[in-house]
Amino acid sequence: MRKISVLLFLGWVCFLFYAGIALFTSGFLLTRLELTNHSSCQELPGPGSLPWGSQGKPGACWMASRFSRVVLVLIDALRFDFAQPQRSHVPGKLPASLPFLGKLVSLKRILEIQPHHARLYRSQVDPPTTTMQRLKALTTGSLPTFIDAGSNFASHAIVEDNLIKQLTSAGRRVVFMGDDTWKDLFPGAFSQAFFFSSFNVRDLHTVDNGILEHLYPTMDSGEWDVLIAHFLGVDHCGHKHGPHHPEMAKKLSQVDQVIQGLMERLENDTLLVVAGDHGMTMNGDHGGDSELEVSAALFLYSSTPLFPSTPPEEPEVIPQVSLVPTLALLLGLPIPFGNIGEVIAELFSGDKDSQPHPSALAQASALHLNAQQVSRFLHTYSAATQDLHVKELHQLQKLFSKASADYQWLLQNPHRTDVTLRTVIAELQQFLRGARAMCIKSWARFSLVRMAGGVALLAAACFLCLLTSQWATSPGFPFCPLLLIPVVWGLAGAIVCAGLLSVNGLKLDSVVLGAVAAVGSLLAFLWKAWAGWGSRRPLATLLPIPGPVLLLLLIRLAAFFSDSFVVAEARATPFLLGSLILLLVAQLHWEGQLLPPKLLTVPRLGSSAPVGSPRHSGTYALRLGVGLLLCTRLAGLFHRCPEETPACHSSPWLSPLASMVGGRAKNLWYGACVGSLVALLAAVRLWLHRYGNLKSPEPPVLFVRWGLPLMALSTAAYWALASGADEAPPRLRALVAGASVVLPRAVAGLAASGLMLLLWRPVTVLVKAGAGTSRTRTVLTPFSGPPTSQADLDYVVPQIYRHMQEEFRGRLEKTKPQGPLTVAAYQLGSVYSAAMVTALTLLAFPLLLLHAERISLVFLLLFLQSFLLLHLLAAGIPITASGPFTVPWQAVSAWALMATQTFYSTGHQPVFPAIHWHAAFVGFPEGHGSSTWLPALLVGANTFASHLLFAGSRLPPPPTLALPV
Amino acid sequence: MGLQTKIALFPPRRLNCPLRCRCVSQISTHGNTMKDTDIKRLLYTHLLCIFSIILSVFIPSFFLENFSILETHLTWLCICSAFVTAVNLLLYLVVKPTASSKKSSLSHKITRFLKCCIYFLMSCFSFHIIFVLYGAPLIELVLETFLFAVILSTFTTVPCLCLLGPNLKAWLRVFSRNGVTSIWENSLQITTISSFVGTWLGALPIPLDWERPWQVWPISCTLGATFGYVAGLVISPLWIYWNRKQLTYKNN
Repeated sequence: MRKISVLLFLGWVCFLFYAGIALFTSGFLLTRLELTNHSSCQELPGPGSLPWGSQGKPGACWMASRFSRVVLVLIDALRFDFAQPQRSHVPGKLPASLPFLGKLVSLKRILEIQPHHARLYRSQVDPPTTTMQRLKALTTGSLPTFIDAGSNFASHAIVEDNLIKQLTSAGRRVVFMGDDTWKDLFPGAFSQAFFFSSFNVRDLHTVDNGILEHLYPTMDSGEWDVLIAHFLGVDHCGHKHGPHHPEMAKKLSQVDQVIQGLMERLENDTLLVVAGDHGMTMNGDHGGDSELEVSAALFLYSSTPLFPSTPPEEPEVIPQVSLVPTLALLLGLPIPFGNIGEVIAELFSGDKDSQPHPSALAQASALHLNAQQVSRFLHTYSAATQDLHVKELHQLQKLFSKASADYQWLLQNPHRTDVTLRTVIAELQQFLRGARAMCIKSWARFSLVRMAGGVALLAAACFLCLLTSQWATSPGFPFCPLLLIPVVWGLAGAIVCAGLLSVNGLKLDSVVLGAVAAVGSLLAFLWKAWAGWGSRRPLATLLPIPGPVLLLLLIRLAAFFSDSFVVAEARATPFLLGSLILLLVAQLHWEGQLLPPKLLTVPRLGSSAPVGSPRHSGTYALRLGVGLLLCTRLAGLFHRCPEETPACHSSPWLSPLASMVGGRAKNLWYGACVGSLVALLAAVRLWLHRYGNLKSPEPPVLFVRWGLPLMALSTAAYWALASGADEAPPRLRALVAGASVVLPRAVAGLAASGLMLLLWRPVTVLVKAGAGTSRTRTVLTPFSGPPTSQADLDYVVPQIYRHMQEEFRGRLEKTKPQGPLTVAAYQLGSVYSAAMVTALTLLAFPLLLLHAERISLVFLLLFLQSFLLLHLLAAGIPITASGPFTVPWQAVSAWALMATQTFYSTGHQPVFPAIHWHAAFVGFPEGHGSSTWLPALLVGANTFASHLLFAGSRLPPPPTLALPV
Repeated sequence: MGLQTKIALFPPRRLNCPLRCRCVSQISTHGNTMKDTDIKRLLYTHLLCIFSIILSVFIPSFFLENFSILETHLTWLCICSAFVTAVNLLLYLVVKPTASSKKSSLSHKITRFLKCCIYFLMSCFSFHIIFVLYGAPLIELVLETFLFAVILSTFTTVPCLCLLGPNLKAWLRVFSRNGVTSIWENSLQITTISSFVGTWLGALPIPLDWERPWQVWPISCTLGATFGYVAGLVISPLWIYWNRKQLTYKNN
């Protein structure tokens, strides 16, 4: 009964954590569905004929093209004020005092000389302001979120309809030069491309100089329709120096020269677009949604007059995605399917001399096409998911049908007036803006309330765990009543909440319901526990964390609030771990538990009787500590660099062996990997053998004897196949393919069966029963109180053994009265540890298969580390500890730090791009079809392998491990 | 048993006079005045040590061009280490806080000195190894890491060598609970531990993206060690003076 109630209690705690995490992520992770539909030239976005003025023109697609060619110059992180012309005659203000102000003089000149040819806009960027998301937005016209729930796995290529796709399918030649992010986003889309690595943000010039080398020759060659140049220098300068550095002035002057050169070479049929993809903060960073990050510059120029009016005093603010439909229609292309931007109407002023109101009508037709496309997208999207708000969607549809009807009436009615045209344009713009606002609302907004609620719930659950971990060790802790009441309260809260929601006609949200239930049950539990149990004790006993360990834990907590430390966590965690280890050793020495006391007293009285002798030789703990530090440091050699630190080089050992070229080195590495497997296996068997757990005839022991080597053999064979699959002769291809499917599954199956066996018969104690002939009952000397010294221990342990012997004999004599029996039980000391070690080894093999081969060395280090740490902790725990199941805080902190450290040394990083997707294909080389839970399970197991293993190895209580009988 | 009885037999406020004077016993007022003069001596010696560190910052700029702690950090490390070692040796020879051993033949002195040198080198190397284990680069910046180990040894090992001699057992005794037997050892304990803590704290700002010149390895750690050492030098006389009523040193 108690077992079940404890299990239920743990389940309830798990529920609390999951409810908190779900609440937080529902507020934090912006999600959006990617649609794969495409706009096509033949198919108009809505009913109606081709718009006015484009019938019968060649190359017209939805609308006649205004420009046949475009030069798109993308300057990474070109903030709006970098491009803003500085008015030199403002009184009382120093002109261009900052290095980034007023450096783009050519923009200012051209805006003054040719006001009808050029225009500068402040483009409003949607967060997240990272380059990849911005590039997606600038080509699809949509709002990319952190997670774009797409159909493709492990590739960055854009699947949504986009400008580049439309350009290539229309047969235009797209030439690209610059940032190699485009290579991943648009694989094979460019007729000619010059990619330069964007990896090193310290390097200001390589990308820009590379572009400049090719830009003018390509432009003069004329073999292009769309030329895209993505400069990175300004962004890198921001990251390296910040915008206030003189280097930024140089970089912007260089950009100015580029724009000047381009404008001089521009032909009449070409449009020049200079755009920044996002801004930057005062420190030169970006990614968030502050005002400086979301305002970018957008500059348009054509050598023929383009705008009907002169530019306004203060540049107009437009959303960044407006560029997408504008460029599409100007180039005579269909607008990408998922676009939610609104065309910049003043660019569609049409020809000057054909109709009474040509300019306004051309604008209305462009807007109408755009509105039709957005309406079609909203319709398709809302059919696919439930993200969008139904009521607002309905209103928008009504608005659109009215505007559309007005527009159709206008087309048929020859006596249109300027006023009616203006109303139709205003209506269409209202619809487009409404649609965009609705999409932003549902896709691009963090819910701070949910995030804060989730964090609070998680913190409360942590606090609950801390309290119960102290209370539950005391006997008679009332699990059952303490559990029932919160569950009832939680259910009641959930029901009330559901009732309230349904009365108000709101949608039932399972996340909110779960959170309400969790909060209700948690409050009830805390109140009940406090009233019935906690208030009788002083508060200090509830939080028995020793000072130095608490300090380390606090430092670790504080580190999460500094983004530098989040980036450097891979280095900070081993440092903290090392500090904890040395602290443990120093503490042991300080307490005098390392050295015999005669060393610690002044030699004159050295020969006096020892007060309490330490259990180990003097350097034992020191050696353990240094060994641990060495393991930590060696594991640190396997590291993957975070994206943010350019100077860092990732370890080459994280890549799979299949990617190695040299045959000899590959063989050596393969040997090392198999060697580490064998060493792991041998160490585990040696340990079990040393503590006598291999003698018992229980099935788990048999499995350890025969199943583990088999698993190691299959693993080694799988690695051999995986690393050399390409070199296999053609006859054996089928065999190799089959084996690479079967072997990992066999290992996983063996591990699962071994774990089941272990669950069934966890105790590997050898119990021998035989007919005792001349046994005499031993007289037990009474002993009370906990043992305090080695001498006591030497005395007590045999006593316990004898006592148990007597007990067993007495019981057996009761059941079998026919003859006296003796029972001998061996390996009682390592009864818990043996089961746990076996389980961990079983778990380690399938997890190892999910990683690259050379990670096996890290796994070996992991086992070594936990072994050393357990011994170090056991050396420090006095025999008079409160019980074998009390785990000291040092141990818990050390495990947590080690789990994080191994997470990093197995090549992981806590960012989405660093997830090891290839783990999903271990044992399933052909993919999984439509099922998603199995790949998710495999990738999850790969990501959290270290946490799984360390959570498991937390269980063998140190005294039990270190005190084999 | 023998230990406890012996302690119980002696009056509790029995002091081991750390100077060369014979142990003056029993009279508690006398003991207190001895303690006060000791604390004063301790304070003066510590002030001298701090002064030597300050000198190491300012004097080289008269002789070397472009000298500054951050720009020519390695030079400063060497100079500071030399200054502190010299002052420690000088103070040891002048103040002589420990009773010298009976054997004081020249050969004994020489072997003792050689032993001290070997101990110092050993401590430098072991500190270097520990830094590398803590995550310092293995191959790059070897000289920087080693000089850092040298300066940390200067702050910790050299005072130990001066006060306790090349005697590992005495060192281990001083750095354990209830192991100190005099004011000098107590202050040694405090300064050494605060040097280590300063070094450890000095490593914390390295990952921050402030891009300051002192965040480069190992400058922040050496500065942390120096500040820790200076703080220990300041704190230990004050702490001992504050707790002089409670402090009794077992002269067993």
